[in-house]
Amino acid sequence: MEKRKIEVLVGLFIVGALAALLLLALRVVGDNMLDGGNSYRLQARFDNIGGLKERAPVKIGGVVVGRVDNIVLDGQSWVPVVEMVIDSRYSGLSEHSSAAVLTSGLLGEQYVGITPGFIDEEEGTALLKDGGSIRDTKSALVFENLISQFLYNQDNK
Amino acid sequence: MVEFLARNGRATLNHLAEAGRAGTLLFRVILGGYRLRRDWSLLLKQLYMVGVLSVAIIVVSGLFIGMVLALQGYNVLVDYGAEESLGPLVALSLLRELGPVVTALLFAGRAGSSLTAEIGLMKATEQLSSLEMMAVDPLKRVIAPRFWAGVICMPLLALMFNAVGILGGFLVGVEWLGVDQGSYWSIMQAAVDWQDDLLNGVIKSVVFALVVTWIAVFKGFDAVPTAEGVSRATTETVVHSSLAVLALDFVLTAVMFG
Amino acid sequence: MSNEPIVAISNLTFRRGERVIFRDLSLTIPRGKVVAIMGPSGIGKTTLLRLIGGQLRAERGVVAFNGEDVGQMSRSRLFEVRKQMGMLFQSGALFTDMTIFDNVALPLREHTNLPEPLLRALVLMKLESVGLRGACELMPAELSGGMARRAALARTLALDPALIMYDEPFTGQDPITLGVLAKLIRELNDALGMTSIVVSHDVHEVMAIADYVYLIADQQIIGEGQPQALRDSTSPLVNQFMLGQPDGPVPFHYPARPFAEDLAQLGGARG
Repeated sequence: MEKRKIEVLVGLFIVGALAALLLLALRVVGDNMLDGGNSYRLQARFDNIGGLKERAPVKIGGVVVGRVDNIVLDGQSWVPVVEMVIDSRYSGLSEHSSAAVLTSGLLGEQYVGITPGFIDEEEGTALLKDGGSIRDTKSALVFENLISQFLYNQDNK
Repeated sequence: MVEFLARNGRATLNHLAEAGRAGTLLFRVILGGYRLRRDWSLLLKQLYMVGVLSVAIIVVSGLFIGMVLALQGYNVLVDYGAEESLGPLVALSLLRELGPVVTALLFAGRAGSSLTAEIGLMKATEQLSSLEMMAVDPLKRVIAPRFWAGVICMPLLALMFNAVGILGGFLVGVEWLGVDQGSYWSIMQAAVDWQDDLLNGVIKSVVFALVVTWIAVFKGFDAVPTAEGVSRATTETVVHSSLAVLALDFVLTAVMFG
Repeated sequence: MSNEPIVAISNLTFRRGERVIFRDLSLTIPRGKVVAIMGPSGIGKTTLLRLIGGQLRAERGVVAFNGEDVGQMSRSRLFEVRKQMGMLFQSGALFTDMTIFDNVALPLREHTNLPEPLLRALVLMKLESVGLRGACELMPAELSGGMARRAALARTLALDPALIMYDEPFTGQDPITLGVLAKLIRELNDALGMTSIVVSHDVHEVMAIADYVYLIADQQIIGEGQPQALRDSTSPLVNQFMLGQPDGPVPFHYPARPFAEDLAQLGGARG
């Protein structure tokens, strides 16, 4: 009788903890599609990555399609190389696609935005494959550069 | 001078001896034989005493801490127009730090102290001795179930604390202060990583569980069997395990996120 | 079983910290008897029981149980041997979180795999023998001190030990309980063919039930014999204890320097 009550309460306790885990796993932790293997890698070289960090999202039209996996500086050309892991559901990007380091909001997090390029069926445009490289890139906007450019333009008027 | 050295030497030796006894206890508790059917019912009872009875304080504290985080965080973030980042702020603070640490501190005060007091009193009233004289090892019968119950319960309690805290942040941030509901969750999801944040938090809490429960059962078992001895042991459990948790938290944070 | 004594202690020396508790103490407990160990409080009577039970180890000398040195036993052997010993603690030491029934059933559940109905019958039998069968569903806190001690006795009897050690069974009991306990100790000893060691300083009760008495004071045995022999003893030490004289060979005062010196120093400090 007494023991039964304890059993039930301990059962509830464990169910409660599992519910908490479920909430954390489903609502709080981001989709972790990238460790699963159903993904492919792309590279992009930027002149300046600004404040981009590893694990920053990669978006196409605002939809998250992957993450920045690794940022290294090419030792020869002194240009940062950003390696991205993209969900393989979103494969088949044209090699004319372009990548840019963008900022969400004025002070928000920085991410990589990819703009898909056109696919010219007659000329047979190549698609980006695993390990492929996006050549058309736009660097991060650096605030100081923007301001000095603005001031320079004002002076020239 | 000589007396000073002698006194310190003696104190050091005493601490070393205590550490030795604590180590022996842990070793014998973990490696002691188990008998499934009997041990299960003993463990069940302790899961109730240590886990179920701590749920209320954990849930209430988690709720309030989540709400305070949201309130404070909102006031800072809103100045930069970044109030959508409230979600990650609340979630990351809870998962990485506050969840494991505050749960461990509350657990030390709620369950750890009562474990020490109970075991110490059992010693003072000769219950442990009488078990020994009945050829029953008190380490297996009394200490082991309490130890394992603590180790199992604290990570579960920390998960509850986190979940409730994030809901509390949601209540204040979204329902009261008007942060957009979609961005609360989605920006949180974008920022929180399964391994870096959730898993590391759980690992922290398992480590804290081991340490706090170990200190609690050891202090009880090693208590001087008098009223004063038990009360001193209970205080020591709370103080030592809180300090151990905070110090270990620094070390673990440095290793995991440093 | 032979005539070999169940417990034989020879040349036992035991020290707690700097303080010597026993020096070169020897005694034997014959099988089947009720043996009392008496002496002023604080001379380590309980310590002696713990030495026999293997909870403490002698510094020198041998404590033998059934001819085997308790101090040299491995942990597992010690636990085997303890199944043949029972110890009734001063406080009773019932487990406060379970009923009287579960308390008595605990040693049986730990050491045997009896089916539940048989176990129940056995426990009720043990409780019946101490007159508490009706109280089996109560919690220890609901019992009076005397009843708690009887319940603890039933628990000690559960494994049918060959030797029961009673640690101050009479302390703080009313005269009726006292009589009940004394009668129980004697009757159980004879009916179950056990050996009993009773540690106590209640001269009257102990004299009534003991077959043989050891008097311990001052780290050693100061008198032994059958109760009547002790009463007739001419030793001043024995007489002091048996008759309860406040001062004598065992001094009333804790050892101190002469009182006059202390007073003189006080006077000196003031002047």
